[in-house]
Amino acid sequence: MSEIHKTMTIHLKIWRQKSPNDQGHFIEHTAKNVSEHMSFLELMDVVNQELILKGDDAIEFDHDCREGICGTCSMVINGNPHGPEKATTTCQLHMRKFKDGDHITVEPFRAKAFPVVKDLKVDRTAFDKIITSGGYVSVNTGSAQDANNIPIGKHTADLAFEVAACIGCGACVAACVNGSAALFTSAKVSHMALLPQGQAEREQRVLNMVRTMESLGFGNCSNTGACELSCPKEIPLESIARMNREFYCAEVKERPEKEIGGF
Amino acid sequence: MSVVLDAKIPEGPIEKKWDSHKFHMKLVNPANRRKHNIIVVGTGLAGAAAAASMGEMGYKVKAFCIQDSPRRAHSIAAQGGINAAKNYQNDGDSVYRLFYDTVKGGDFRAREANVYRLAQLSTEIIDQCVAQGVPFAREYGGLLDNRSFGGAQVSRTFYARGQTGQQLLLGAYSALMRQADKKTVEVLPRREMLDLVIVDGRARGIIVRNLITGEIETHAADAVVLATGGYGNVFYLSTNAMNSNATAAWRCYKRGAYFANPCFTQIHPTCIPVSGDYQSKLTLMSESLRNDGRVWVPKEKGDKRAPSQIPENERDYYLERIYPSFGNLVPRDVASRQAKFRVDEGRGVGTTGIAVYLDFKDAIQRLGKEAISEKYGNLFQMYAKIAGEDPYQVPMRIYPAVHYTMGGLWVDYNLQSTIPGLFVAGEANFSDHGANRLGASALMQGLADGYFIVPYSIGNYIGSEGSQIKPIDSNDGIFVSEKKNVSEGLDKLMKINGKRTVDDFHKELGQQVWENVGMSRSASGLKKVIGDIKSIKAEFWKDVKITGPKDYTNQELEKAGRVADFFELAELMAKDALTREESCGGHFREEHQTPENEAKRDDSNFCHVAAWEYKGAEEPIRHKEELKFDHVKLTSRSYK
Ligand SMILES: Cc1cc2nc3c(=O)[nH]c(=O)nc-3n(C[C@H](O)[C@H](O)[C@H](O)COP(=O)(O)OP(=O)(O)OC[C@H]3O[C@@H](n4cnc5c(N)ncnc54)[C@H](O)[C@@H]3O)c2cc1C
Ligand code: FES
Repeated sequence: MSEIHKTMTIHLKIWRQKSPNDQGHFIEHTAKNVSEHMSFLELMDVVNQELILKGDDAIEFDHDCREGICGTCSMVINGNPHGPEKATTTCQLHMRKFKDGDHITVEPFRAKAFPVVKDLKVDRTAFDKIITSGGYVSVNTGSAQDANNIPIGKHTADLAFEVAACIGCGACVAACVNGSAALFTSAKVSHMALLPQGQAEREQRVLNMVRTMESLGFGNCSNTGACELSCPKEIPLESIARMNREFYCAEVKERPEKEIGGF
Repeated sequence: MSVVLDAKIPEGPIEKKWDSHKFHMKLVNPANRRKHNIIVVGTGLAGAAAAASMGEMGYKVKAFCIQDSPRRAHSIAAQGGINAAKNYQNDGDSVYRLFYDTVKGGDFRAREANVYRLAQLSTEIIDQCVAQGVPFAREYGGLLDNRSFGGAQVSRTFYARGQTGQQLLLGAYSALMRQADKKTVEVLPRREMLDLVIVDGRARGIIVRNLITGEIETHAADAVVLATGGYGNVFYLSTNAMNSNATAAWRCYKRGAYFANPCFTQIHPTCIPVSGDYQSKLTLMSESLRNDGRVWVPKEKGDKRAPSQIPENERDYYLERIYPSFGNLVPRDVASRQAKFRVDEGRGVGTTGIAVYLDFKDAIQRLGKEAISEKYGNLFQMYAKIAGEDPYQVPMRIYPAVHYTMGGLWVDYNLQSTIPGLFVAGEANFSDHGANRLGASALMQGLADGYFIVPYSIGNYIGSEGSQIKPIDSNDGIFVSEKKNVSEGLDKLMKINGKRTVDDFHKELGQQVWENVGMSRSASGLKKVIGDIKSIKAEFWKDVKITGPKDYTNQELEKAGRVADFFELAELMAKDALTREESCGGHFREEHQTPENEAKRDDSNFCHVAAWEYKGAEEPIRHKEELKFDHVKLTSRSYK
């Protein structure tokens, strides 16, 4: 392709770690002739080609759709999960957002519940465990009624959609000083609590999901709001408030009456 | 010798076939189901739906996927929507019309009975998904909204903004994780299937590489369901996710499963054009955009003015001009080819000249910016991020890109391959789309296969042939030797230690396939490319360089295995394209076109499915399944 675009030189500091138990260290790498139209992952591809030809291991990093929807990519760029752009995943971050001569530091998503596998690749199976503990409506295949028998106001449907749009990338956890998964968990809790389909299991769901979250090494939420700022899908912080309310209501109902005392 | 394939289509009138077939199927007693192990490879729409449903029925299921979580399968990226013959809009839709449109859209190269069943099941899919909490778009009254989509004249497409695939997959994923909670399904992510194990002529297990530890694992079962997606990445650049690949299907082909119509690939008309040679993938702009966007190029060759500087009367809205009744909504193959013709004429736009405009100016004027943003907000945002231009102000630049593969492993009506006990679902099979898939039909097919067909077929298979499925041990016998073979295959790749990277080879292959087995194909080009593919492949096996360990996570090694298979598949695609001496759907042979450059089908010689049988070092054999059209009359498609 012969398109003429601006190119730049970028100085990278990239985290390398052989295995979960390795201490890890930064390497430095200067990338030349970086096109402004490249995505950040394409820059990493180019770096990897150079490393391989030198006989080094390629830098391991997770990625798949490269369209900002699968939630696989996961890098901390200059201290921010997914980099400096608002509402943007690493794969959708383009080099035109950087300047010639910039220094960029690249690290994995770091959190107790997300151990590093190698380099920038981490293990996020803890998220699947949270969903497994209740992030669903119990309906078997073949037992559904006609879809239009469940009318849902547009406003409610839109609200539910907004939280259902979570891509499960884990940026919220990586951004949080406590390593909390509250935003992720609350997005699913909210999605189900808002819709009529989610009502039957509403209480048990929130109890199970929150307790599972707590058991997996995620920290507690202290409402700093960093998660919302780093979320590529802009899941609102109010989801956490909704989850907390859902949780307390369910917990109060769960306790035997004598424990709560009379009102 | 070539055989005539039996699709096992049930007797009876087309509208009764599926019901009567279900009635005649053998059942497995609920208490016995947990004694049967089923392997499902892939957790996209087809795989997740199948694994969840079979878990609910009580089978013991193992579900495998490459990604770190089943929720990330390539299906997540589908944008536009899913079709269903609900006729909620009261605009004359019906099961029969969806069936008719799909057969016709596929240019009469799909099996009528399968397509009819697909149309029938479409309505149940929507019910199922809504019950799971999938937040489809709704009208103010609370009922489901629909839109019309790529080549349909009724509004039958259900959607969730531009993220329909995501919402449907998260629905199927939640059903899957519910079964994981109940321990009926064991989910095994970060595993790549590298071979199929056959015992007594039946599919009985798989060999996988654990993509974290590098360990080669063996898994045994009573039946194997392959739902591993399509092979669009053989072109290197495509809209598929980076991990999409053909390896699982290809290794089954080498174990005896026939591969059907490999040359039927779909080039999607509206993608963001290539910007440089570092490009790693292409991004689709959902074709729902063609509902409101108008496609055009300048009338003059080499007109380099900015689009806003080109007055109306100097623009050629070529789809509206050539196809007045369908206009911008012609099927994908037609829209793609026409874009290529414009670029070949020298009327392409943008700095590369390899693009056409998709313009929303009129729609924004008519409906307002807000309405357009409500419908396509996330797509416009994605375009702006990638292209660095604001599509509310400047028309989008688009160009066709590889998107979907209609070809795949051959299956009968029960979705069983030519290997007993190996079932194939979703994009991995060849079943329902003929030579061209209509928009919003892949999600429908994946979910129909997964939720409603595979679980029944598995029951019937175990119910009727269960006594011949003997107990086996995955740590014994053939599993041990196959495991060794797979491990040695990886050693062989690692040992080459040449001078070129895997990506470098993949790009070179992709370029060849795109140019010769892409939007337009000719006998001379195809013959030449078969030779070229062989020589790049030979070069690969001499000169590829893979660094990193074999016994720990290593993406280069993963990619190398996939690219090695793409070489072989590419050769078969070219052979299939060469032997299909007609043009149909996405398969356009330059020798077979009408004076107006439209595809010219040859129904007297090619109204069949071509299914290829692997023969090792010898040439593969081309078998035929004749197609009969009793309901939709064979006519040439016209969108004029
Ligand atoms: C950008 C885009 C937009 C689209 N939009 C639409 C749309 O609007 N409407 C529509 O109907 N269709 C659309 N499609 C097509 C549709 O998304 C796909 O055809 C469909 O989702 C395929 O689903 P699947 O379940 O067959 O496979 P996939 O979703 O591709 O899943 C494949 C699964 O197999 C696993 N796998 C693969 N190989 C192996 C292996 N060797 N070992 C273990 N696991 C393996 C993967 O990990 C994954 O889990 C779109 C496609 C693209 C690319
Ligand atoms: S790779 Fe899919 S979201 Fe980034």
